[in-house]
Amino acid sequence: MTPEFISFILQNAPALCVAVPLLSAFIVPLFRKKWGKASAAFTLIALLLTECLVLSVFFSVLSGGTRVYAMGADIPERTLPSGLSVPIRIILQIDVLSAIMGLVGATIALISVLYSVQGVRDKADGKFFCLMLLMLTGFIGFVFTGDFFNIFVFFEILSISSVGLIAFWLHKQEAVEAGFKYLSISAVASLFVLLAIGLLYAQHGVLNIAAISQDVMLSGFAIVDVIALGLLAAGFLMKCGAVPMHYWVPDAYGESPEAVTAILAVASQASLYALLRVSFTMFGSFPLIDIIAWAMIILGALSLFVGSTMCLRQRDLKRLIAYGGISQTGFILVAMGAGLAAIGHPMFADFGLKAMEGGIFHMINHAFYEALLFLSAGAIIYATGTRDLDELGGLARKMPLTAILFLVGAMAMAGLPPSNGFASKILIYESVYYFNPLLAVIALVSSVIVTVPLVKAFCAVFLGPEVKKFSGIKETPKGMLLAMFLLAAIVLLFGLFPGIIVEFVARPAAEALLNWNAYWGMIL
Amino acid sequence: MTAEIIGNLPFIVSVLMIMVGLSALLFKKNMIKMAVGLSVMGSGINIFLVATCYRFGSIAPIFTNAPLSEASKAAVEMALPVPQSLTLTSIVISLAVTALMLSLAMLAYRHSGTLDSEKSRRLKG
Repeated sequence: MTPEFISFILQNAPALCVAVPLLSAFIVPLFRKKWGKASAAFTLIALLLTECLVLSVFFSVLSGGTRVYAMGADIPERTLPSGLSVPIRIILQIDVLSAIMGLVGATIALISVLYSVQGVRDKADGKFFCLMLLMLTGFIGFVFTGDFFNIFVFFEILSISSVGLIAFWLHKQEAVEAGFKYLSISAVASLFVLLAIGLLYAQHGVLNIAAISQDVMLSGFAIVDVIALGLLAAGFLMKCGAVPMHYWVPDAYGESPEAVTAILAVASQASLYALLRVSFTMFGSFPLIDIIAWAMIILGALSLFVGSTMCLRQRDLKRLIAYGGISQTGFILVAMGAGLAAIGHPMFADFGLKAMEGGIFHMINHAFYEALLFLSAGAIIYATGTRDLDELGGLARKMPLTAILFLVGAMAMAGLPPSNGFASKILIYESVYYFNPLLAVIALVSSVIVTVPLVKAFCAVFLGPEVKKFSGIKETPKGMLLAMFLLAAIVLLFGLFPGIIVEFVARPAAEALLNWNAYWGMIL
Repeated sequence: MTAEIIGNLPFIVSVLMIMVGLSALLFKKNMIKMAVGLSVMGSGINIFLVATCYRFGSIAPIFTNAPLSEASKAAVEMALPVPQSLTLTSIVISLAVTALMLSLAMLAYRHSGTLDSEKSRRLKG
């Protein structure tokens, strides 16, 4: 561990963030079954290493601004080798938004693998961990890349490994069906993205996001750009689980093993990230961007409404949380759409930036409390073997810690203080109110509606008289509790000190999205 | 006019294939047919990508095939290599997706005894 070695690692950290989980994904299946927990330990070590690398990238980006990494260059920062004027190398470009998304993904992957060691039964160890690591590879590559074709490749790595994990219990018919639905949606979404990449390449002759963005904004607007923008927005909106393409969400979230569901919720945030990258960084000054902004706002408002009302009538614990998650996606879409519609508007300084901060902060928060809710639902299913709200009851006596953890997650999703959900939702209400009061009212009302089924679920599962069938159950195993405690601590800390996160993460991320000149400047 | 149509034929074919694939995915209930539709759609996009990189009378973009003498360099053009490599990657990915989709359809058939996605459907609401 010489200083040279450490600085070499730090210099190449962006590439290693992708390489470490990718390589360890193919080492894990080689472990023999009789070596017991060796494959789990190896996966955890690989994920810890990835987490440290992502953390180093995150802090270097926070302190030093956007980082670029050219694959295969003698000096990684040199993006235009040997006097070329066009970036033809594959380049990773990490701004604050990419870094925070990568950090959230790596953290949740680490926590859910920690949980899955005890929490997921009948996982043929090697296969399960291999797919989890591949999913993290796809996620980190997807948010770190500055190359448009790589977005497609990592998108497919992410969705193919997700399908493997959703349909992990092949003996369940429902799991297979959910996997098929998710695969057909994600395959169509990524083919749309591929077609848009082909169109943009034909028009601009480059694949680098910064170079395409500069060409789009400076060289006037061609009809091909409009078609590509429409295809990209359609593809990413399909994949992030917004209404009207939300139907895969409850199926996939409901049927996958719980530890997977936590990462899957983050994976759908990845396509939100790509939507923001495309609509702000690539097409920010496009005259027709208002249409995309209003599509985001209207679909967001519909997601808020449909998610919260469908949540009311669920009797299945995991589907209930999944519908709640759809309504939270609506929050992010409304906030970011309001910010996008306000670009160039004289009142942008008043509410636009604040709406974007709220949206990005909510993206981070949503990932954590959704994961917490799914993991604690998983603990209930682990103990009782059922997720039907009608059958469950009186578990608070047997599993008090799980009850408290579930309550923390439910509070955050309902947006009650002192959780992080409150902090980001209040930012969104305040700023969106100035944009359009009706939107703030819709958001507020649906947040209240979501509270009802969450309270119902808590009462049905934990309160009430003891059910005879469940008299023998015990508190959740320690490994699972540790994973949930970590998530709950993050949820409460972000809720108690929201100012720090907004000032040091959400605002720089929003500014990075808006400052496309700086984004081009790193490459060209 | 005819020359324009012939010149744009690959693009017309690719759009038709994308439409056929998409409509099969949307309107067919048989899971195997949905997988076929997805595969057709992917092929349509691959044709589009290959068609964008082709120049009339060009040769394959292989470094060792490049003409040696200075005089013949101007005469022979090469096709653009980037979309071709994109197409190769996308063929590999669509193979994986189709295989996965067919195996899921097979498993669904084993469970429910039918390939009709409406009849075997269990997840609602």
